[in-house]
Amino acid sequence: MKMNRFHRRHITESIAKGAMLLSFLIMAGSLGLILWTVLYKGLPALTWEMISQTPKGGFYLGKEGGILNAIIGSLYLASGGTLIALALSLPMALYLETYLGKSSWGRWVRLSLDVLWGIPSIVYGAFGFTLMLALGMRASLLGGIIVLALLELPIMVRAMDEVIRRMPVDLEHAALALGSTKLEVATRIVLRQMLPGIVTAVLLAFGRGIGDAASVLFTAGYTDNIPGSLLRPAASLPLAVFFQLGTPFPEVQARAYASALILTIIVLAISLGSRWLAAKAGKFTLK
Amino acid sequence: MNTHIQVNNLNAWYGKQPALKEINIEIPKNQITVIMGPSGCGKTTLLKTFNRFLELNDGAKITGEVLVNGQDIYQPDVDVTEVRKRIGLLAQRPYPLPMSIYDNVAYGMNIHRMKKDRLGYKASVKHYLELAGLWDEVQKRLHEPATGLSIGQQQRLCLARGLAVEPEVILGDEPTSALDPISSQHIEKKLLELKSQYTTVIVTHTLRQAKRLADHVIFMYMGEVVEAGPARNVFTNPQQERTRQYLEGLF
Ligand SMILES: Nc1ncnc2c1ncn2[C@@H]1O[C@H](COP(=O)(O)OP(=O)(O)O)[C@@H](O)[C@H]1O
Ligand SMILES: [Mg+2]
Repeated sequence: MKMNRFHRRHITESIAKGAMLLSFLIMAGSLGLILWTVLYKGLPALTWEMISQTPKGGFYLGKEGGILNAIIGSLYLASGGTLIALALSLPMALYLETYLGKSSWGRWVRLSLDVLWGIPSIVYGAFGFTLMLALGMRASLLGGIIVLALLELPIMVRAMDEVIRRMPVDLEHAALALGSTKLEVATRIVLRQMLPGIVTAVLLAFGRGIGDAASVLFTAGYTDNIPGSLLRPAASLPLAVFFQLGTPFPEVQARAYASALILTIIVLAISLGSRWLAAKAGKFTLK
Repeated sequence: MNTHIQVNNLNAWYGKQPALKEINIEIPKNQITVIMGPSGCGKTTLLKTFNRFLELNDGAKITGEVLVNGQDIYQPDVDVTEVRKRIGLLAQRPYPLPMSIYDNVAYGMNIHRMKKDRLGYKASVKHYLELAGLWDEVQKRLHEPATGLSIGQQQRLCLARGLAVEPEVILGDEPTSALDPISSQHIEKKLLELKSQYTTVIVTHTLRQAKRLADHVIFMYMGEVVEAGPARNVFTNPQQERTRQYLEGLF
């Protein structure tokens, strides 16, 4: 009897373990497959010319040129959007935690942020487009940056909010007991303790921003030139992938994969860099 | 008796639940006062009324007076950060600030702008680490994370950082309960050394510690002060039946 039960529990455990392993393999497999596809199809087309030149005449028919316009455009768009989102979300998250806390207002703000997080990016794009039409603005770098900032804001605030909520309240009390004001606790203690988490939140938002095509399609537009001003249109890597993949020419399609590879490398570099930064920032924090 | 803190008709509630009932006590200057009593009797709550920490609990309510040097710290024109600077707290568990050992001690002096220049901070950091009996152990690693210290060292660091803002009063809420016996001894020894300069109020749940530390004793039961007086009198000749029972370990 006892032996039997043991047996059943072992089987249950094996099944659970097997299921977990399977889901891990599916995940790792898809990731591997994506990377392999991008590398296999993109690497042959990834030349110095690709990353150092803007498209020349006939680029989309397979003639010479590169996608420097999209690389620079994407970096401008995502950095600008992330910077604005950071500047807005940091005080928002601190306010949310320090002054609203668990009040009903705090709950409402968090709910709206979650709803905003869930809204598809094409809706942000359409919203931005409508707004720009109303203001008489044309598709531009600035428009793209603002829409990306809006897209990233809820992600960043909520990620930071979670990070701040994991802040041990006793640590805040320790600082208050020394006669700190609430502001000093927020800026000198909470912020420091949260820095690694904040770096991660920024990366998360940047990743969504730089990879998003739908929100910049109407708002930033597309151009073969490197944007020289905030009011000029800007190209972006996701759209570069989209346009090139849509042509009937195999060599242009290969360049689409090369563009995807560049995007992946940028995201990877930022991810590794921010991990290193988070580890450095986390040296002094309470675990 | 030279009174440092005087409590008049103090009542406190968590929501509708009373936690302190009609407290009237006096805390003598530059002595160690020990608050004792069974768990849940309101020791922590009473201590929190001294540095205005009770108001950090949403729904906590308080009436009555707490006079420090004759001044009521609950008057609306009183600056709460100034109260907390003057009345330091050693918590149950040490929470080092997320910065280096040096910065932990310098932090309080820094926010209150207490020193003129770097040299001033440096000298004071050394002074207070020495006062807390930690200097020898950390002088070679001042700029390393405070979290790397053992828990006993962390508690002494918290003592140093509390002393660095030049308080008049040290509050301790079971400050050794999370520590190993050797570290506890360390802290007790320091508190005894410091008592000539600071008024000290310690909450403890162990009778032995109370006997080792106390000059003055406050015995609480169910939110009320049952008995208060010089340690010698209370320990050897308690006036109240409840106190006698507690001292005999009957509850
Ligand atoms: N944050 C709180 N909210 C509600 N009730 C509390 C809170 N803190 C303490 N109490 C209650 O107040 C009473 C006194 O608690 P406390 O002062 O912590 O006692 P002690 O420190 O002597 O163990 C207890 O009945 C406890 O349950
Ligand atoms: Mg307690």
